[in-house]
Amino acid sequence: MSDEIIRRDPRAEWIARNRLHPQHAAMVEQVLAEVRGPSGLIRRNPHAVGFIGPNGIKRIDRLNTDTQAGSGARRKATKRAELPLHRVETPDYYIAVVPDFVGGRLTSHDRDVLGQAHQLIREIGGAGAVLAIIFGESREESFDRAGVDRLMHLTGENYAGYAPEACVAALEQVEQLLSPRFWLFPDSVSGGFEIGCRLAARLDERIITQAWQVDLQTTFCRGAGGTSDISRPTERILLMVQECADPIDETRHEVLAIEAVQPKVLKSTLEDLGQVAVDPNSVALGEAEFILSAGNGVHDWDNFHHAATVLGATEAGSRVVVDDGHMPRFRQVGASGTWVTARVYLAVGISGAVQHLQGIAQCDKVVAINTDIGCDMVKRAALSVIDDSDEVLCELIKLVQEFRQREVTDAA
Amino acid sequence: MPPSVAAGLRITALVSVGKHPSSGRARRADQDARAVEMGLELSPQGLEVVHAGDAQEAILRDYAGMGLNSVKVIQQPVEADVVPALSEYLSADLPDIVLTGVRSESGESSGMMAYLLGEKLGLPVVTRVAEICSISGGRAEVLQALPRGQRRALRVALPFIASVDTAATPARQSAYGPAMRAQLEAENRGIEIVDAVRVNWTESPARKRPKRLKVVKAKSAADRFRAATAKATGEGGSVMRNETAAEKAQAIFNLLVEEGVLR
Repeated sequence: MSDEIIRRDPRAEWIARNRLHPQHAAMVEQVLAEVRGPSGLIRRNPHAVGFIGPNGIKRIDRLNTDTQAGSGARRKATKRAELPLHRVETPDYYIAVVPDFVGGRLTSHDRDVLGQAHQLIREIGGAGAVLAIIFGESREESFDRAGVDRLMHLTGENYAGYAPEACVAALEQVEQLLSPRFWLFPDSVSGGFEIGCRLAARLDERIITQAWQVDLQTTFCRGAGGTSDISRPTERILLMVQECADPIDETRHEVLAIEAVQPKVLKSTLEDLGQVAVDPNSVALGEAEFILSAGNGVHDWDNFHHAATVLGATEAGSRVVVDDGHMPRFRQVGASGTWVTARVYLAVGISGAVQHLQGIAQCDKVVAINTDIGCDMVKRAALSVIDDSDEVLCELIKLVQEFRQREVTDAA
Repeated sequence: MPPSVAAGLRITALVSVGKHPSSGRARRADQDARAVEMGLELSPQGLEVVHAGDAQEAILRDYAGMGLNSVKVIQQPVEADVVPALSEYLSADLPDIVLTGVRSESGESSGMMAYLLGEKLGLPVVTRVAEICSISGGRAEVLQALPRGQRRALRVALPFIASVDTAATPARQSAYGPAMRAQLEAENRGIEIVDAVRVNWTESPARKRPKRLKVVKAKSAADRFRAATAKATGEGGSVMRNETAAEKAQAIFNLLVEEGVLR
């Protein structure tokens, strides 16, 4: 996607004009001004091609990669290619998408659903706009690349925490104001399913859940707990599964803000008491968020378990430590163990066998503590620390304990 | 042990006929069985198990075998929409808690029933309940299952509808003797509303969906060549080698705080 653009160097040009400058001679040699002949053809000076090598012989580099490399007269900068901007001046109709927006960012599932919305617009024709309605704090920077034409951002204490009823009240108002042609939700456990169902119940409309192929007439969706396919007429409210459509990747979109609706504040029947602390080791390894994993490089096991407790991480191990009996079999990560999906995977003393790397393929951030800089885990990791694992863990425990202490005193 | 619960708590668990995911045989639906289990733990005396459908269904005995004296069946044909019948039945004598599964294992399995009942009866709906911790003063404290094994505490006033998640306590085994002794009390309430949308469906066994392919959209030949030959490499993480152990630990700590995994 990146192409190279050439930057002018005004200083080099100035030196080339100034015959009295001490660097003039050196600079002029390399400034190859484009010369056009009388017919308009570019004339090339054959004597100016190439450069004088270290032993005084003229060399011509025919790789043709960069004839002016090393001159310093022109520098290169890489730039992301600007994608064409997709404009919708005055939308004839809207397709509303309510993304999950986990952690204030669009998930890949959200992007798929936005792609599906654009697919429907292409099929309907006319000037349709995709309206994304998001709740709470936003940390997303690439709404334009995800295909959001119009954005309604609802913030405030009404929508803070768990407030499905407030969200549905807002969406109901959007329905009255704009009456979107379709309502699309991601069918996910992180909110999309619940909001979609609540809205459909409120509007008293039929819904299609687990939809995976949608056009204007028919929809294919999963039924009977995912064991059957149902082909049925398309409804207005759709809950889409993952990978239902390709996400937008060839256009930018306007992301024009639409004024947020102000629904009447109703007292919520569900009082949010906040998240509950869960014992990290009771969480199944496959769905743990933060994993501290041990390999052959761990020697002080008491220290390792202590570190896991202090960090609040789920424990795991490579095949070697499980075979050696340091960990139970259900804690094994890798091809013959569990495939983990952690957001942060802290690998202590694991060199990274292929089978193990397969098991952590879906992890976002991998941190490696290892003594060997050449091992595969270090190549995979976003942050690698080359040191003895026990020492680093001790220091890390101290830091986290100080951090917890500070939090307690701040709270008090 | 049952949590602190007001005496005489009345619970209705709505159950359906499940389907084993791999063999396809009828079974008690996993989440519904967990709902019955939750009801039995909270209030064994005040629990009523209701099924809308065919009273001759043998699978209902599997629920009864969990220690129920009877299972109530509201007679409904296969193609019927059960929500009107159920809401009419429930509104006649509203229990304190209505428990259902999140999604059924047969039929449309849209997961809408709890919400539709909530809207019809005007009750709050709590989704994906993992545990009902305590009930006192007409209010219940409920643990909701979140992704990645997390839990959220909610407080909700009775009466309410709760859909029970697979994170709830697994259902106890069904015993054959009690299952055979239990009574299936069929009842015909005269409400049979045929689901008009469902008539136009065609249903087939689930087709495996193709994996998404990586599509290379390169503009130039050089880009295509690079995409075909380049080795997929991680975007080269930072390596700390010569710093002290404290500095290295600090770097890891900063990353953990930035990612928000230290709670």
